[in-house]
Amino acid sequence: MKFASEFRDPVAARALLAAIAAKADQIGATRAKPVHIMEICGGHTHSIFRYGLDKLIHEGVEFIHGPGCPVCVLPMARVDECVEIAEQPGVIFTTFGDAMRVPGHRKSLMQAKSGGADIRMVYSPLDALELARRNPGRQVVFFGLGFETTTPSTALSIQQAAREGLTNFSVFCNHITVPEPIRALLDDPDMVLDGFIGPGHVSMVIGIHPYDFIARDYGKPLVVAGFEPTDLLQSVLMVLTQIAEGRAAVENQYARVVPEHGNPVSLAAIADVYERRPSFEWRGLGEIDASGLRIRPKYAAFDAEEKFGIGYAAASRDVPEIEGCACGQVMTGKLKPTGCPQFGKGCTPEMPLGALMVSSEGACAAYWQYAGARVAAE
Amino acid sequence: MTLRDTHVTMAHGGGGRAMRDLIDEVFTAVFRPPGTEDQARLMAEALQEPGARLAFTTDSFVVTPLEFPGGDIGKLAVCGTVNDLAVGGARPLWLSAAFIIEEGCEIALLRRIVGSMAAEAALAGVRIVTGDTKVVERGKGDGVFITTAGIGVIPPGVEVGAARIRPGDAVIVNGVLGDHGATILAARGDLALSADLESDCAGLGHLMQAALAAAPGLSAARDCTRGGLASALNEMAAEAGVAVEIDETRLPLRPEVAGVCEILGLDPLYLAN
Amino acid sequence: MCLGIPGRITAITDEGRLMAMAEVSGVRREVNVACVAGNDLGALVGQWALIHVGFAMSLIDEDEAEKTLQALRDLGEAQETLEQMALTAEALQ
Repeated sequence: MKFASEFRDPVAARALLAAIAAKADQIGATRAKPVHIMEICGGHTHSIFRYGLDKLIHEGVEFIHGPGCPVCVLPMARVDECVEIAEQPGVIFTTFGDAMRVPGHRKSLMQAKSGGADIRMVYSPLDALELARRNPGRQVVFFGLGFETTTPSTALSIQQAAREGLTNFSVFCNHITVPEPIRALLDDPDMVLDGFIGPGHVSMVIGIHPYDFIARDYGKPLVVAGFEPTDLLQSVLMVLTQIAEGRAAVENQYARVVPEHGNPVSLAAIADVYERRPSFEWRGLGEIDASGLRIRPKYAAFDAEEKFGIGYAAASRDVPEIEGCACGQVMTGKLKPTGCPQFGKGCTPEMPLGALMVSSEGACAAYWQYAGARVAAE
Repeated sequence: MTLRDTHVTMAHGGGGRAMRDLIDEVFTAVFRPPGTEDQARLMAEALQEPGARLAFTTDSFVVTPLEFPGGDIGKLAVCGTVNDLAVGGARPLWLSAAFIIEEGCEIALLRRIVGSMAAEAALAGVRIVTGDTKVVERGKGDGVFITTAGIGVIPPGVEVGAARIRPGDAVIVNGVLGDHGATILAARGDLALSADLESDCAGLGHLMQAALAAAPGLSAARDCTRGGLASALNEMAAEAGVAVEIDETRLPLRPEVAGVCEILGLDPLYLAN
Repeated sequence: MCLGIPGRITAITDEGRLMAMAEVSGVRREVNVACVAGNDLGALVGQWALIHVGFAMSLIDEDEAEKTLQALRDLGEAQETLEQMALTAEALQ
């Protein structure tokens, strides 16, 4: 496949691995004293495991899996709200497939569906819009989930619904943003990160400058990366090179897709439809200032929170997470998935306890799917 | 011809005349089972041989849509059970077929499904010798569900099973991967994907017989249905206590199947075949 | 969630709603092109875009892709030379 398979070339990958090894030796990285590089995006976590990069790479480079998996950082209270909306009479609740099995306190969306709620998996918010056109007597709600990559798609869908005058389409907005939790991670005194692999598809929307503070204020290198194996390896090499040269800058390995200043149409649509919430709750990270979005009052007719009186603003937030689930610690890089006592015992992809075991981008699910032999050995 | 309805009604499951007409015209006229008793009475010469063993398997089939490019639920229901027998080294001989039909199902559709079952059974050299139908109320089924059971004979001396796999064995796949799974995903229509894809579901009985004749040392075989090649290899590896190394660049994969996987974030190794 | 893949825009299907047909390895799906539509919608046909949840989110810059690939090829050649040298050294021992 053009623009994908060329970036999976094994010869180039071996060359990059050799160059990474040389650079890691140069800066004195060892298994006992590794360089910690966080890949922020769950898509990168998935690629690293799918291609076994963590096994192939020099032992002095350790990947820390970041919070960039939207369903993984989704608190259970949000899932409960989804179920509550989905169970309203006349509602067709639409969602990306990733969110179906995330456990809530009462049930997951999949369990709600089996209980009779009309819940449908869609590939695109456009498909939810089409459902609304075809079912004028029903209320179609789309679960707006995800980072800046996905936010423009729901913003543009709401604008389109407004243009068409649809009265039965709304979005349950739980969109979140990338830079704010990174700041929260960097402010954590226990944090040991030496550099970042930046999210490629978030950056194609917002550009590379929203990360400037990471290099400028915290002195950490960040390289925006593509999702193919040589993209990731090249980005690791670029981070190590910065460390070796004593620099910290924001660099762009994924320039074929990511424009320096992002995509102006997407940014305008986001600004038109959404505004920042004062703060938003992240699973494992707690409340983070200005890290979530809500629908502006002028689009209130398309806001499921307004329509149903259910949501972040309305709900009591004092809801405990499941006992024994260590997702929070895994997400902040303090614990490896295999370090969680529930991993593979009380928590498997079939019967997940925590969200990290649900999404294919979650660190635990990636470990489980692609690292079986290694897990057994550990 | 006494069956005039165009759609199945609850009367077709009621045990009276309507049911008899449906069974006679749609099912028995096509399958032509030996005899009219509720049981099939079977005789296999192959089983007379000392050391020959009986193989017996069953599987239920549900698929949306019922008809898709390259096949339908009927073809799946015959191939699936034939293949479960074949990959164990058995020569498939007889099948049973039980249908759960949703009220409102088009009778023309049923005829097409039954026709493709008969055609596939003829190709595989098996007979559909007994069966059953039930009708459920609208909304309580998904068109048609089919359960088939199959009986075959494993000739003396044939030993095929995952426990026989040894380090050094090669993995052979007999076709391209994931065509069936990708076809079904695209054919559902709710993802609005279109592609020139066809399910390659097929009976593997003759192929397995030929493979066993050519390579009597063949250690194990699987029909990689749900869960794809990866699940089949994982199962076999676990049972045999071996690891399997796959050269990803040499996997036989159509670009369209790779495309469907890329769009939906799926791994073709896990796609049904 | 942030899964995005390169697809080629093959036709404009609905100018009013800014919809186009995109093709990924022979698989077609209608996508929204609002984010990448300039003044001339027709100019999109034949271009490659990054597709995410039914939207063309960014046009792929073929020159930048080529630059990255060239860097990879250079590295790969250097690596093959190194591997060759190592093999030769081994043979001479």
